Amino acid sequence: MRTVNLHRTLTGFMLAAGLILASSSSLAHEKEGHATGVSGRVPMPVHSVNADKGDKCVRPEEVMRRDHMKFILHQRDKTMHEGIRTTQYSLKNCVDCHADAKTGSVLGKDGFCESCHAYAAVKLDCFECHSASREAATAAIPAASPVRAKGSESAKGKKP
Amino acid sequence: MSINRRQFLGLGGAAVAATALVPGLRLIELAQARSPEEAVTSLHRWGLLIDSSKCADGCTSCVSACADENGIQSHGRPATDAQWIRKVTLKDKQTGHVQTLPLMCQHCAEPPCVDVCPTGASFKRADGIVLVDKHICIGCRYCMMACPYKARSFIHEVTTGQKAHAPRGKGTVESCTLCVHKVDRGDGSTACADACKKEGHQAILFGDLKDPSSEISKRLASQPSTQLRADLKLNTGVRYQGI
Repeated sequence: MRTVNLHRTLTGFMLAAGLILASSSSLAHEKEGHATGVSGRVPMPVHSVNADKGDKCVRPEEVMRRDHMKFILHQRDKTMHEGIRTTQYSLKNCVDCHADAKTGSVLGKDGFCESCHAYAAVKLDCFECHSASREAATAAIPAASPVRAKGSESAKGKKP
Repeated sequence: MSINRRQFLGLGGAAVAATALVPGLRLIELAQARSPEEAVTSLHRWGLLIDSSKCADGCTSCVSACADENGIQSHGRPATDAQWIRKVTLKDKQTGHVQTLPLMCQHCAEPPCVDVCPTGASFKRADGIVLVDKHICIGCRYCMMACPYKARSFIHEVTTGQKAHAPRGKGTVESCTLCVHKVDRGDGSTACADACKKEGHQAILFGDLKDPSSEISKRLASQPSTQLRADLKLNTGVRYQGI
């Protein structure tokens, strides 16, 4: 029993030491990352927030970091099947707030979603279908070649 | 002040009538403008009434308006491009009479696409709008085969430039959503109906089939209309006139 306890204590101590080391190194890492935008190995995530939307997320940051996908998933089914379109946990709301000021998107090297997902090595599927750009920004981009059925040109030509 | 029995009963009756009437009015009022946190209900059934005699030959403004509204882009390959509405030309071989009509998802009350879907991605909302939940869709295309109207399209290629209100992606099936984002917003119209009105044809009318005071219900009640392939007894939400 005694040896086991000693073992446990030792393990606990080592674990605690490891944690302290890890957290201090990650702090240093973060500082360095924030200062330069990149760390030694993996680029640090970019934390961009649309200033005119305020500086508070819909939930505290630590909750959002861990559980944002749960909120989005729940909202997804509510919206799709029941037509409930509250904005609090909508993906559109995320994008509206977090889209990069320059690109208007949450994707790209400095994109809020992509940079963090790249850092955490988690695949990001949302934007294969959903628009990654802020609504106003999407409207500004002209459609590449919207579908025009046959005869639409001639029909258009008739108009003054 | 004293009141006799008759007056008392009269007052009571009026009070009962008022409480009975007010919630009724409130219901209708709520039905008109649903708040974003309220779920859709079967108190409504959204549909279209299309008058093919007013549909102009060669006009495709409904098709282009639908594409613009929902961010449908052509890849220059018509065989595989998505198509939510198409113009169909009908010709009477005996008389030579030609007419055109827009054809889209008919938003059936008994949708075959929902029956065959193996994952539950194809579903009918409580208010009668038939949709594809692309999060669940595996792209098997059973629904495309089951649909008698060929209303659905499979997305073969990577899509870009989607609208925020109309997510679209490769490997899933899609079709007319009856502009569900506009319905939920309370616009009371669809992109195709708006475009047709703007062109001055007014061939497409959107409305609530369950509301007896809506224009669509009034017209359906007073004028003859048909369902396409009525023999299949699908009870379509899109009705036609003039064919």
